[in-house]
Amino acid sequence: MGNMVKVGMADMNICKAPDAITTLGLGSCIGVVLYDARTKICGMVHVMLPDSTAIKMNDNPAKFADTGIRDLLAMLAKEGVAKASLKAKMAGGAQMFAVKSDNEMLRVGQRNAEAVRKVLASYGIKLLAEDCGANYGRTIEFYPETQELYIKSIGKELKII
Amino acid sequence: MSARLEEFSDMEFDVLKEISNIGAGNATTAISTMLGIKVDMKVPVIKFLEFKELAESIGGAENIVTGILFGLEMDIDGMMMFVMDCRSAQKMVASILHTEEAEGAEFSEMGVSVLQELGNIIAGSYLSAISSLTHLSIAPTVPYLSVDMAGAILSVPAIQFGTVSDRALLIRSEFGEEGTNVDGYFILVPTLEAFEKIFTSLGLSN
Repeated sequence: MGNMVKVGMADMNICKAPDAITTLGLGSCIGVVLYDARTKICGMVHVMLPDSTAIKMNDNPAKFADTGIRDLLAMLAKEGVAKASLKAKMAGGAQMFAVKSDNEMLRVGQRNAEAVRKVLASYGIKLLAEDCGANYGRTIEFYPETQELYIKSIGKELKII
Repeated sequence: MSARLEEFSDMEFDVLKEISNIGAGNATTAISTMLGIKVDMKVPVIKFLEFKELAESIGGAENIVTGILFGLEMDIDGMMMFVMDCRSAQKMVASILHTEEAEGAEFSEMGVSVLQELGNIIAGSYLSAISSLTHLSIAPTVPYLSVDMAGAILSVPAIQFGTVSDRALLIRSEFGEEGTNVDGYFILVPTLEAFEKIFTSLGLSN
């Protein structure tokens, strides 16, 4: 077994097999994994918001779907991973509170998931699996060795996508 | 007042601390009266935390907690959250319903109602204290309850902060009772405009 690399909220990192990468307690945020099955290098970004252009306060690129994925691609490129060989998986984007409101801030989970799909499509990266939505938190672990994404939630069985 | 949370002055911090002290003090008295026990409150701690430190500060991202969320309306926009660890929440439910204390993260339908009502009382007393201090009208929405990992629960106020800052302002007022050890946190998340209104109403505007 390798080490477990931790990614915090609005944070990103990369790792190579046999190491694995994790982010804990995803709520409305999304954990996006980009991986190359051949070199077994992968990266993860924990995005909080869909769009950096809609927000003035955007010094941290990892906070947003658009700039987060862009910078993660750059990090992977530095390791010699070409964009064309990357596939993606993602999880998160829950609505943690059953708020009956038109406050779009509270539906941000859904908007985050849509934004990630759109950004990935714009780079031509295939999203092979996802586990998004619903109303519960998720801890995710990605193993580049097997390209499996483990999803753990409270009171639910382990899910592997 | 600055356009960024990061640039708040010491004076502005002190004001926020005092406001949360008064709010939490009022709420603690309400809890104390309701439970018929003596509940103590610690001096509130105000911290600017990077998002990745937020969940760690209340016991780790995977720590299971009970979160009660309110939207704030009228003069102040934003949200307020009251977070308790599950054991404390079970303790409070049991002491109000006079039932055996349940284990884990499962709450009965009655337990959920109790927690929401508890949240109502806490939010109401917290906000009315701030309201009378600032002469601003602040009303909470109905309470929403979620029991899940701290990271997931806190992502909701964190995202709200994320729109105006790269860090979250955690106003943590811990309360507890010796012996029963009920621990909880209040997290107040006004919008930037709301901060401005609070400071202006207290004569701090420049």
